[in-house]
Amino acid sequence: MTLDKSYLEYENRSLGMDHDRYDFSNMFERKPVSWPDGKKVALWITVSLEYFPLVPNDGPFKAPGHMVTPYPDYRTYTTRDYGNRVGVFRILKVLDKLGLKASFPMNSEIATRYPSLLKEITDRGHEVVAHGENMNKIHFGGMAKNTEAEQINNCVKTLREKSGQGVTGWQSPARSQSENTPDLLVTSGLGYVCDWVNDDMPYYMRAKTGTIIAMPHTMELEDRNLLVTLGQSEEVYKEQILAAFSQFQREAMAENGRVLHLALTPYVIGQPWRIRTLVETLQAIADSGDIWSATGGEIAAIWDSQQTS
Amino acid sequence: MKSDPNLYDYWPYHNRPKIKWPGDKKVAFWVAPNIEFYELNPPTNPQRKAWPRPYPDITPYSYRDHGNRVGHWRLMEVMDEFGVRGSVSLSVAMCQHHPEIIEACNERDWEFFSHGIYNTRYIYGMDEAQEREILLDSIKTVEEATGQRIRGYLAPALTHTEKTIDLLAENDFWYSCDLFQDDQPQPLKTSGDSKLISMPYSLEVNDHYAFNVYGQSARQYADLLKRQFDQLLEEGTESGTVMCIPLHAYLIGRAHRIGPFREVLDYITGHKDDVWVTTAQEIAAHYREHYYDGAVADIAKYAKGDGA
Repeated sequence: MTLDKSYLEYENRSLGMDHDRYDFSNMFERKPVSWPDGKKVALWITVSLEYFPLVPNDGPFKAPGHMVTPYPDYRTYTTRDYGNRVGVFRILKVLDKLGLKASFPMNSEIATRYPSLLKEITDRGHEVVAHGENMNKIHFGGMAKNTEAEQINNCVKTLREKSGQGVTGWQSPARSQSENTPDLLVTSGLGYVCDWVNDDMPYYMRAKTGTIIAMPHTMELEDRNLLVTLGQSEEVYKEQILAAFSQFQREAMAENGRVLHLALTPYVIGQPWRIRTLVETLQAIADSGDIWSATGGEIAAIWDSQQTS
Repeated sequence: MKSDPNLYDYWPYHNRPKIKWPGDKKVAFWVAPNIEFYELNPPTNPQRKAWPRPYPDITPYSYRDHGNRVGHWRLMEVMDEFGVRGSVSLSVAMCQHHPEIIEACNERDWEFFSHGIYNTRYIYGMDEAQEREILLDSIKTVEEATGQRIRGYLAPALTHTEKTIDLLAENDFWYSCDLFQDDQPQPLKTSGDSKLISMPYSLEVNDHYAFNVYGQSARQYADLLKRQFDQLLEEGTESGTVMCIPLHAYLIGRAHRIGPFREVLDYITGHKDDVWVTTAQEIAAHYREHYYDGAVADIAKYAKGDGA
């Protein structure tokens, strides 16, 4: 057996990235960033609110968390629903208690189905982030560009109308993009995106239609990833978050702010036996006095303003 | 096929009408031993195979059979010690296969509810009449064996059809353990005017999840259950909560696990002033009598969009 000779040809073998979305950049050689009040670490919490229809679609893959068994999979549907009716209220209570702000990536269908939940979030001053229409509407390589544009526009339009917020952030369902996603996000007036997991700080991403800020989504500290996919204990989850926070505190010594991102999933961390771990973790971080609790939009804006000045 | 099962409406977990359990207890605590019979050679359901290997797939079969031969007796002894009656999720064919177990539970005034005929006969693909027959068979079988009229249901292997919930209502079931959206009971929407409720079954603290999904040790599982209880107790001061521990004797009844589980029952039942140690049917009866109508009215506020 022999492979075609093209398999040993390397079209993009040159300095920098093999695509043009962004340039290589060593995080430790970048211009320092300072957060308000000289705080060392911006604490960026995202709480994803997702609607999984009982009938999954036939896309190239199912979003993580989607139905598993033959129809009707009441088990999965209702355990996900638990997050939106019970778990999220536990998280809101923790945020209230500690005086923390958060960003809520939400499917637009959450806003239309559960307006009272949306109001609880916006009344507290949390940020609404666009997160697609629902968990069947994933974005993927090869999908029709106009279909994707329509999905993004519908989601953003609905969330802006229902929330009364500008809605400038985007997180794709399942964090999956097509080759056109960043371009379409810019066209829809979005300023930052939370899908790429390749940095600890924001950076500029190139779109054909302009520039968008990539926010540092930290999959490695995500509750669903650690507690469900990897099956780690709550104690180990907490230990790793606090270790990351300590490292950021050290790195931030020379007026060089860092971002600690925690992605929360109400049906995971909002379970009764887990919520105490979240309280303890966030309490320890808040007690340090080193954090600026902010939304993704606030972090992106301050970071952006210091890049050009 | 429906994208929303439409079995209940949105009802956020705050500002709900306050639930008080008898004696002003804060947590209604019930234990659900799944007493199951798995067949060695069941007919194949087109949508789900019972066993991965060709007949006879003895390892997973005997792994579960251990529960009836060994684990159940250990578990029952520990529950006796702390005065906890089981609400048994029963493969009703157990009444024919192992009446010794049924009699031992019945003598202790444990409750039985239906978990299908066998845990190797799935509901997928059944027509309405066939699914109804499962319920009628369950009612009759348990009544003949124990004198009890069953009031609850958990579909075998959690396999359902669009008709399941309506059929429970039609046959005067009081509660369903099939839906996992909440830590409090609540009314279900059915075609008749029954008062069928959704009973919190705490699926995520099932021993199967702990041991065979998350790979926890018995010690970790015991700690998890205590934390689950602590949180639901704290919230129960605002409005009564329900904690269920769903169990399988073939898992929790192993020699290396029963010890830590004993400590859990000791811990929970030790909160005498705060815990109503009860059965699912007693919770359902209390809820239907005192809170069902108020819940329906409160949920309706959200449907009109003025609940926030």
